[in-house]
This record gives sequence, C-alpha cells and structure tokens, in this order.
Amino acid sequence: MIQWLQQLMEGFAKWPPIVQAVIRALLLVLPILTLVPGIIWYERRLLSWMQDRIGPNRVGNFRLPAHWKILPPGLRGRKFKLFGLLQPIADGVKLFFKEDVTPASVDRVIYFLAPALALFPAFALGATIPFGPYTLLTPVADVNIGVLYMLAISSLGVYGVVLGGYAGNNKYSLMGGLRSSAQLISYELSMGMSLAAIVLATGSLRMTDMVAMQEQPLWGMGGYGQIFQNWFILTPYGFISGIIFLVCMVAETNRAPFDLPEAENELIAGYHTEYSSMKFAVYFMGEYAAMFIFSAVFATVFLGGWNIVPINWGFLADNSPVLNGLFGFMKSMTIYLSPIWMVGKIIAGLTFYIWLRATLPRLRYDQLMSIGWRSMLPLATLNFMAVATWIFISARYGSAAGIGMWVVAGVVVFTLWRLLKSIDKGADLEVRTVKMVGGKPAPVVEVDPERVAEAVN
Amino acid sequence: MSLGIYKGIVKPITSGLGITYRRLKHKKVTVSYPEEMREQFPRTRWRHFLTRYESGLERCIGCSLCAGACPARCINVVAAENTDEARYSPGERYAVRYEINMIRCIFCGYCQDACPTGAIVLRKNFELADYHREDFIYTKDRLLEEYPGQSDEPYTSNRKEWAEARADEKRR
Repeated sequence: MIQWLQQLMEGFAKWPPIVQAVIRALLLVLPILTLVPGIIWYERRLLSWMQDRIGPNRVGNFRLPAHWKILPPGLRGRKFKLFGLLQPIADGVKLFFKEDVTPASVDRVIYFLAPALALFPAFALGATIPFGPYTLLTPVADVNIGVLYMLAISSLGVYGVVLGGYAGNNKYSLMGGLRSSAQLISYELSMGMSLAAIVLATGSLRMTDMVAMQEQPLWGMGGYGQIFQNWFILTPYGFISGIIFLVCMVAETNRAPFDLPEAENELIAGYHTEYSSMKFAVYFMGEYAAMFIFSAVFATVFLGGWNIVPINWGFLADNSPVLNGLFGFMKSMTIYLSPIWMVGKIIAGLTFYIWLRATLPRLRYDQLMSIGWRSMLPLATLNFMAVATWIFISARYGSAAGIGMWVVAGVVVFTLWRLLKSIDKGADLEVRTVKMVGGKPAPVVEVDPERVAEAVN
Repeated sequence: MSLGIYKGIVKPITSGLGITYRRLKHKKVTVSYPEEMREQFPRTRWRHFLTRYESGLERCIGCSLCAGACPARCINVVAAENTDEARYSPGERYAVRYEINMIRCIFCGYCQDACPTGAIVLRKNFELADYHREDFIYTKDRLLEEYPGQSDEPYTSNRKEWAEARADEKRR
C-alpha cells in the first residue's frame, strides 16, 4: 500500500509543474468548500448547546424505502439520522432561489466585485500552509516568503468588506465597512509583530521551516529533554505571540467579540446590508473559510503544524527501553495521518472561535482601538525586541546566557509590573458595601458634616 | 489598560468561558415539538368539547346561554324538543345544531362559565390548525368527540361541587 503510494507520488512528480500546482490548489480549495457547510452546522449546534438550545437537528433525517429490492434486507426501511447536518445545504438552496435584489443606486461594478474580493483572499490565504510532510501535495506553493504572503493576502480581505460597504450606497453599510477597515489596519500591525517574533526565532519565513523548527527539542534541551517538541506555544515568547495572534486572528475575521462591522443593533447588518441571495452567501462563505484558514495558520505557526502532540516519537522509539514498537507506530501515524491531526487542530481553533462568540459581548469602538493600539501593539513589539535580544545574546555568549536573559527579562517585567500596579492603585474600582435591612438594601443616607455640626450645637 | 492582568483580564474571560462551557451539560429547554409537547397548564383554554353524562346522554340542553355569553358571537345553537323515541339529553330540550366558529373564537372561556350543566368545556388540545375555512366551524359531532382524560373528570356546573370532586379525586 505504502509502496504503491510512493510509486504514485513518483509518477505525480513527473507531471508538468502547472498540472501539479492546479492539483495542489484543488486539494486545498475543494476540501475547504465542502467543509464550510459543516463549519456552519457545527457553529450553530455548539452555539445553541451553549445557550441551552438544541439547534438545527431535523434536516437530513431520512428513511430508506421498505420496498426497494436493491437494498440488502437489513437496510430496507431503516431510519438514518444526520443530526441536521444538511441544514446549511438547505439554507444554501434557499439562498440560491431567493430574489437577487440589486438596489437602484449602487455602484454596479464594485457591487458585483466586492463579494468575490471578500472570498478570494480567504482561499488564497491557505496557499502556503502545509497540511503534512508531503511536499508534493500540500503547500500549494512552498515559497520562502510564506508568512509575509499570508499577511499580505489577509490585508487584501479588507477590500471586500470596505468596497461592499461603499458600493451598497447605504450609510450604515459604509460605516460598517469603515469600521472594518479601521479594525483590520489596527490589528494587522500587532499580528505582523507577533509573527515577526516567531520569524526571528525560526530564522525563516517559510511555513514548512516553521513546522520543522517546532520539531526540534523543547527550549533547545539536550538529553531526555529531546522527548518534547519545541512548539512555539510552549516557549515564553511564543506564548505571548500566540495569545496576541489569537486575538488579532479573531479581529481579522470580524468575529465576535470583534464583530463591530456587522453590529446588528447599530448598523442593521453592517457592510452586507444591501446584499441578498448568492452575493450574501459568498460573503458568508468567505467569513467561514477565513476562520478555517486562520485557525490553520495558528496551528501551523504555534501548535506545531501537523504533529499530533509535542512529543518526538522518533527520539522515543530510538532511545526508549520499552514500548519501542508503540512509539515507532505513533511516529509513522503522525506522518501518514498528518492532515487529520492538522484538521483536528483547525477544529479546535474553530471551537475556540465559537466559544468566544458564545461568551464575550461585543466591544465598544474605543475599547477595540484601545486594546489594539495600547495593549496588543506594545506587547507584541516588546516581545519582538526580547526575542531579538535573546537571539543576539545566545549567538554572542552561548545559549546559557540566552536562557539567563529570559530569566532576567522575566524578573524585570514582574518588578516593573508590581511597581506600576502600586502606583496605579488609585485607578482600581471603588469597592462599595451595602447594608441589608430586613432583606433589602438599606437606603444610603448622605451625611452633611455642616448640618451635623448645626444639629449638635 | 488595566495593570491587574489576572484580576482584570484573565479571570473575567476564563470564568466567562467556564460559564458557557458548563452550559453544555445543562438540560436543554427546547421541546422537539411534533414528537414531544410541552405540558399545558391545568386550566388552559383551547379546544372546545361537549361532554356527556355517564349514561351517555348529552349534557347540553340547548339553552343558548353560551351563545349569549360569547363576546365574539361565534356559537350557534339550534334547540329542539326531546321526545321519548329520540332522547338526547335528560332535560326537555337538546341542541340539534351546535356550531362554534373557531376562527372567530377568542378562547375567553365565557361559554364554559355560562353553561348551567357543564356541557361545553375548553381543554388543552391546542393543535387547531387546518387547511380549509369550512373545517374551522366545529359541528356537534366533532365537539362530542371524547378527549383524553375525559372519563377522569367529574365535571359539574357548580364550582363548589367541582372543587369537592377534585379534592375527592386527589384523596383517592
């Protein structure tokens, strides 16, 4: 089986490069296109479970006819439940047959172009993400500017939103589009900074190099420390970067709690107010595809790519006194089933998106800007500088000095934080206590000292 | 930016996530309607029924008090004399026609209150939708259908007796 696959791959390698590229692109885009309805279903189900509801569970339950002779007797008349999995397809059919209303005074060209501009970056983003170690199949283009490309394409996504808002010729859509552009610009900086730290640590912009870097021993440990892999989320700088990236990722995809561009209570539906039928569906699909791809980017850059757990199975298989066979088996499973692990991590990312949506209320505009510019960007920049210093020190004075630098940096940051906190104490919220009288809060009596003095005299 | 990072940022977010996570295990409030129905309140007023005595005779004596009490004027009663050959109710007269227009009915329950014999009652069956307007005029034969739990209800027009009967039932 494996031999046959190898032969197939060898044959595939001899095909013209353009055909190979097309096949690779199809292998990326088609699964995403088919997964998008599944993601929508998953979101609706999980969200309703978190809200004590059941969610769509009807569409897709069917019963095989009892009189069909083709079926084996056990299957005739059997009922099957798909738990509402076909609900998004029913929604899609509905959207197809809805009237496609084009308002009279829209800017026609931009109005038709905008949904496509929103969908295109979502799919193009995935071009540099490896779904496994098979270089022939998975990154569509394993270019040496992988992360840079990702950042560039993700900022193209704003065009779809802002042009859609502008083309609708509706004040509310325009405001939604403007909000979206402001938000994307603010959070792109911190996203770039957080990724830059990782790029510095890896020494390469290539996504496959990042995955390879994360297969190294954790924190550069020797001996039995080599059991663990150096996933960036497990390193101090990578952890900070990862959290910043996570926040920015939610903001970039316009998802709750950063869904100001489509704040229903303020802006009707935001930038896609004037869109109906399939154009709206394209926006919708773009959003979910972007969620999928951003989760994939997070998994690749911080969660060790297509490795299942941060453990070096190969090292264990070679050095372990017991269970060598099991570790060898796990190693081969990690390699052969890598797309599955990758998709598992992506689903975890999507779950996080949905969980956040169920939990956090939408931010105010000033809170959004404050978090973006005053918290995320300085933190990402500091982190970036710390990584640069660490790399410089460990190149100059050895890796022990590098680790010492992290300790010193931690101590400095902690003392600074405590110092600032002690200065900042006055800004903490006032604690109020209420006296209870007979099960009810006692009325607050304002005591005027002058009047008290008068009464006493 | 709050400097109390744990108290001000991490804890609120994680505890919020915890709340939504714990919701997953809660009992769902949704009722999957056609398969299961939410239990109606005991005195819910929905579909009308005409009741009978234990002997099988109709309680309705065709007095038209329900029609008179009806604020929506949706009840039509036509009375006729009972004879010894054709006896429908214990009294002198019975209802030949008894029709309720369910489109006009406002389910106020005044007919139930007005009825001296406790013939017309409103019960919990709420699935009243239909396809044709004519089908919403409930005729006597449809109103005389037995409803679930009818035999357990010792219904009398006298409220005191009714309460006593219910209390009896409970004691039993």
